[in-house]
Amino acid sequence: MGKTVSEKILSRASGKDVYAGDIVVAEIDAVMMHDGMAKLVIDAFNEMNGRRVWDPSRVLIVIDHVAPSAYEAFSKVHKLMREFAFKHNVKFREVGSGICHQLMIESGLVSPGSLIVASDSHTCTYGALGAFSTGIGSTETAAVLISGKLWFKVPETIRVIVDGKLPLMVYPKDVILNIVGRVGADGATYKAIEFTGSTVKSMDVEGRLTLTNMAVEMGAKTGIIEPDEKTYAFLGSIGHKADSGFRSDEDAEYSETLKFDVSDLEPQVACPHRVDNVKPISEVEGKEVDQVFIGSCTNGRIYDLRVAAEILKGRHVKRGVRAIIVPASRRVYRQALMEGLIQIFIDSGCAVCNPGCGPCAGAHQGILAPGEVCISTSNRNFKARMGSPEAEIYLASPATAAASAVTGEITDPRRFMREG
Amino acid sequence: MEMLGPGRAWKFGDDINTDYIIAGKYKLSITDINELSKHAMETIMPDFSRRVRKGDFIVAGRNFGCGSSREQAPLVLKHLGISAVIARSFARIFYRNAINIGLPVIECAESDRIMQGDVLEVDMEGGYVKNLSRKEAYKIRPLPPELREILRNGGLVNYVKAHGRLPWQ
Ligand code: SF4
Repeated sequence: MGKTVSEKILSRASGKDVYAGDIVVAEIDAVMMHDGMAKLVIDAFNEMNGRRVWDPSRVLIVIDHVAPSAYEAFSKVHKLMREFAFKHNVKFREVGSGICHQLMIESGLVSPGSLIVASDSHTCTYGALGAFSTGIGSTETAAVLISGKLWFKVPETIRVIVDGKLPLMVYPKDVILNIVGRVGADGATYKAIEFTGSTVKSMDVEGRLTLTNMAVEMGAKTGIIEPDEKTYAFLGSIGHKADSGFRSDEDAEYSETLKFDVSDLEPQVACPHRVDNVKPISEVEGKEVDQVFIGSCTNGRIYDLRVAAEILKGRHVKRGVRAIIVPASRRVYRQALMEGLIQIFIDSGCAVCNPGCGPCAGAHQGILAPGEVCISTSNRNFKARMGSPEAEIYLASPATAAASAVTGEITDPRRFMREG
Repeated sequence: MEMLGPGRAWKFGDDINTDYIIAGKYKLSITDINELSKHAMETIMPDFSRRVRKGDFIVAGRNFGCGSSREQAPLVLKHLGISAVIARSFARIFYRNAINIGLPVIECAESDRIMQGDVLEVDMEGGYVKNLSRKEAYKIRPLPPELREILRNGGLVNYVKAHGRLPWQ
């Protein structure tokens, strides 16, 4: 019987021939934790009498959620993380390095075919590179640090086939919002989502990362995309040589196949307070905004910043609106500097913050007051996610966010289409 | 462990996310579990932490615990003395986390028959929830034995303390 990519990866990592529904104990290729969870992980590690980390070269620790620290309580957590990282000699990324998921990818710890876990729900992002990656809790993360292993239920897979050429100024973010809107917040619970089809194949890896990042917003265990030449070229561009990986068999079994045609897709917006409350921009246009956030592990990469800069160039953020831009990593930041994007952002009146989670983590750098409205390129719009429970968060592409920054209301980016 | 309750039901709807269980702004600014627990469910039920009593149950619809992987979510509920969460279905990371910290999570297709304030008992062994207020019983989906074993030990950390190794070592 044929296998899906996920079944193949979990077979390899468990050393057994496994299919959806089997429970396996598998060897982990890499694990990550960040400051939002690190204290619980380190406490559990100590309580479980952990003495050594099973393989320090496979462990990454990142300070990104409240970075630089905004509270004394967090400064203590950061201190604990540094001490742990240096004591166990694991890979460590200091304040200002960037978002944990972006850094996992840039660090070369993610290869096609690898099995990766981390104490963060958006760990599913690495599936864009053909890895099987999923979020776990902090106690389990500690267990992995000690043993290098974890139990998994091999998931069923939903195949999502996306076809059609994306219209101008419609982006991977619009595609995934459209998919989340149709599948629903729990439509893929416990399952893997395999993204395929001509649109996905022609997408850059950066765009694919936006798709897989949001798989968890449908309850999925992971989002995954078969590796191809683009995957290997991308890895090569960050200095990581790889040619491994798996592809799904022709006769692999899927629990469901969903087809999307995006050739006429409008820009999409997820409205408060649910990620699956998705509407086409035409139904939301005109809503006044107070804050615009461009960044996060969903849309903080160079591709996203280029899109935003294209719209903001020579224009100014509307009076009364603050636009916050946070590059996903130092590498992205430097590239944006070299390309002159940061200059464009500054000239247009944006606040450019240091790489990290920024307002997405809801703890600093852009907390919303009661009654305020934010349009954000991140992945969650839950009530109180960015501050007051009486604030509203809309999710959209970097183009829609940038256009909204200029007008001060939710705006179709196609209004800013430049000639030629 | 095998018999839970009696305790009162606190009824919530579908898609109760981890930000509702414990908001990110608190998770990231308060590291003391006593303090943190005071904010449990605050966004959707402001006085929850004051009114809930040890032994009570949380009852919900579909996809309980969706959202982030924060283990603080099941932790605050356990800390407030919740004896189990009974839901139609759970988001997977919350489900794993709850088991790993020793908070029973019970999948029950008929959770919507339970009303706010009903007094419940759960028989994990027999596989049903008893609604003492309505004199009804609802079947629950049995937990895989591997996970029951972790719960029986009071979570993964306590398992290691008792056995000197992880379940898979
Ligand atoms: S950017 Fe947002 S979603 Fe991504 S890891 Fe940071 S807090 Fe989580």
